Amino acid sequence: MTAPQWFFAYFAGMITLLSVVMITRRNPVHGVLWMLVLFVHIAGLYLFLNAEFLAAIQIIVYAGAILVLFLFVIMLLNLKKELTVRKVQKHWVLGAAIGVIFALFVVTVVAGITVLPPLGEYSIEAIRSEGSIMTLGKVMYTKYLLPFEIASLVLLVAIVGAVVLAKKRI
Amino acid sequence: MPEWLWIFIKVFIVVNVLMLHVAYVVYFERKVIGHMQARLGPMRVGWHGLLQPIADGIKLFFKEDIIPSNADKPIFYIAPIIGLLAAIGSLAVIPMWEGFSIADINIGILYILALSSVGSYSVILAGWASNSKYSFLGGLRSSAQVISYEIAMGLSLVGVMMMAGSANLSDIVRAQSEQWFLLPQIVAFFVFLMAALAETNRAPFDLPEAETELVAGYATEYSGIRFGLFFMAEYAGMFVMSALAVICFLGGWSGPDFWIFARVPGIVWFLLKVYAFIFFYFWVRATLPRYRYDQLMGLGWKLFIPLALANIIFTGLIKLL
Amino acid sequence: MENISGKEVDAADSDARLSEKELTLSMGPQHPATHGVLRLVLDLSGETIVKCTPYVGYLHRGVEKLAENRNYMQIIPLTDRLDYIASMANNIGYCVAVEKLFGIKVPERTEYIRTIVGEMARITNHLLWLATHALDIGAMTVFLYCFREREKILDLFERLCGARLTVSYPRIGGLKNDVDDQWLEDLYKFTEEFPGRVEQYETLIDKNRIWLRRTKGVGVISAEDAINWGLSGPALRGSGVSYDIRKISSYGVYDKVKWQVCIGKNGDIYDRYRVRMDEFRESNSIIRQCIEKIPKGPIMADAPKFTLPAKDKVLSDMEHLIHHFVLITKGPQTAPEGELYVATEVPKGELGFFFVSDGTGRPYRMRIRSPSFVHISALPAICEGELVADVIANIGSIDIVLGECDR
Repeated sequence: MTAPQWFFAYFAGMITLLSVVMITRRNPVHGVLWMLVLFVHIAGLYLFLNAEFLAAIQIIVYAGAILVLFLFVIMLLNLKKELTVRKVQKHWVLGAAIGVIFALFVVTVVAGITVLPPLGEYSIEAIRSEGSIMTLGKVMYTKYLLPFEIASLVLLVAIVGAVVLAKKRI
Repeated sequence: MPEWLWIFIKVFIVVNVLMLHVAYVVYFERKVIGHMQARLGPMRVGWHGLLQPIADGIKLFFKEDIIPSNADKPIFYIAPIIGLLAAIGSLAVIPMWEGFSIADINIGILYILALSSVGSYSVILAGWASNSKYSFLGGLRSSAQVISYEIAMGLSLVGVMMMAGSANLSDIVRAQSEQWFLLPQIVAFFVFLMAALAETNRAPFDLPEAETELVAGYATEYSGIRFGLFFMAEYAGMFVMSALAVICFLGGWSGPDFWIFARVPGIVWFLLKVYAFIFFYFWVRATLPRYRYDQLMGLGWKLFIPLALANIIFTGLIKLL
Repeated sequence: MENISGKEVDAADSDARLSEKELTLSMGPQHPATHGVLRLVLDLSGETIVKCTPYVGYLHRGVEKLAENRNYMQIIPLTDRLDYIASMANNIGYCVAVEKLFGIKVPERTEYIRTIVGEMARITNHLLWLATHALDIGAMTVFLYCFREREKILDLFERLCGARLTVSYPRIGGLKNDVDDQWLEDLYKFTEEFPGRVEQYETLIDKNRIWLRRTKGVGVISAEDAINWGLSGPALRGSGVSYDIRKISSYGVYDKVKWQVCIGKNGDIYDRYRVRMDEFRESNSIIRQCIEKIPKGPIMADAPKFTLPAKDKVLSDMEHLIHHFVLITKGPQTAPEGELYVATEVPKGELGFFFVSDGTGRPYRMRIRSPSFVHISALPAICEGELVADVIANIGSIDIVLGECDR
């Protein structure tokens, strides 16, 4: 294997492993912490794909804001009881069977696909010459302006809804 | 010399100089605030107390490291380390003078913002892992504060990035060769300054460690060198934020280019500006009372974030015209 | 939060429903901002206080019980230890009460000196109050500025009677010693520069927007509530009730100098702060007027059955020595029987002494009405519904000292 392949193998492997570690933690705060490590690895993978802007945003938004909110909620909830819950539940056989079937399904489908080199106008060279922020900005605000604005509107609605639900009296 | 060795040497020098800086900036603070309060500050250890930081460091190293029996130990151990690593890591992209930065990356600003958001984990986790109510409240306050002010800080820097057309810190400094961004981005500068105070948990936004309310906030249960790590992280964070302000608004390493001043190396100008900012931190601490938690949040969301957004729109309009 | 080892349960068996519960925070008795050893148990919902319960008694030394086994003279040093920040005011309050019990009239010069030192005590108390209150809210520079002036007054106390904090300067029927002219002159010099210093404190915080936001509209006590809770002193006057024992009672020479009762309007922390800042100026002006008017004359009352004889006579004369010995060991033997309550205005509010006298040299019962105790009992009602940070500001604004509260 070449160096980039090793690099990819490390990050992909760690992401899989960390996901498993994260969901098996009994203590939700530990789970969130492993998720933080997981997010850092995802950011590494983005860097590997020459998407440095996405890597930074991954850390700022997911690790810096969303995960902190998770922590915030978990810390406010008194989850002492969760610590006594059995890790393996009654129906684990069924769950494991479904999991194995799904994994097999994914592996067979993915193995059949050959990943082609990028064909669009945004090749790595094109992005490098302009910088990824500028390229991304241009695409977002010209080609995909409408979907972008719709997405921001949806988010705004969600925020307003959350405020209305949380604050009975504004 | 292979490149990796050169980088290693640079890292070694920068980190060591920063650690020395942290020690002496504490001394600087005690002296400055002391003189502002009609007293002298440290005077006993060495000439005018010059060896005080070293004595303090030795004391912290040899103090007993107390860990509460009900603390979540692994998290309790790593929390201060996360904070210090995030603060020191930010130094990697800061250009101290023309052509000198350990890593000259295109997303310099974003990298610093990302690391400062990771640094907030240190405070939150320390508050939670100590298993003490004062620490816990400090951690909660900190998480809310950091999220709110990170947004304001990020938005205030967007104007700068628009002016410079780049997120690379060296490019931003070069873009200011004609005029500093201080005047055209005065609103952003103000928002950034306030957000930097809040991000580094300094007065008047030092709520996570408000000593009269929460004893010492998230650091209540920490002692010895672990407490020292928090301390170092706070002062290293102040350095990083001041450096970022200098780079984004005050023209980084550039100085006046006439007469003898033109021969002064860039690092001198850079450090002079950084220490002016650090002095500002101390000045504010000696002058202002502390905000209340809800007032702090209100200020962040209702004043700073709208101001920063308005600044972005305004900058955009000016660029278009 | 450790992993609770022990019996493991299925997720379905554990009660998955979440219940809301307040966070109980025990603030004190060791806490940097509870002004001594006050303990507050706060039930918090977020940072809002749902319930606040003060616990007092960590500094209880049994002053009232001790007093039953001391003669009247020996109780004076005990009163130092009530409000140790303004011990002079307690001494005066006690002496005024005992003199009323015995029916002694003190000489005019003594009244003047007592007024002067009493107002000095008020200034030291308010200086310490301002220092700690500002520090609690986070303004640390005010703290050291206030201590600069407090130090000067304490130096003057030291020159006057040898002690800085626990002075025990007044005596029943008079004073320990007379003041000299140099001392009065130096005090006068201090009063000349002091109003400028008060202005300095005001420039530090009075126009500061953070300070205003932290204090205005916070910890509001209505005038009616303030009276019903029995608040007194600046805490009562801040709510707009013009009640000052110095105006209505007859101790000291407060009727012979020009001064006014400082009152607030809204009853919030800011108004209580303003009242005390104004009292700085009033006290300062009272001291100046007293120094200008002070007459010459004796300092001990002419009541040999109750007051100690002069020291030089005790050292040279047998009769006086015996007299001194009896008064010190047994106390005054001709104290009238009966019950009496006398209150004086100390810096923190109304300090009252209630005596049950059985005619012996010792009080049968002495009860102290301390303003701090009453103020602490009003604390829950002020704090509930406000934020944790406001508790600190409230504790500061009602000005308590636990030595006096717990007695």
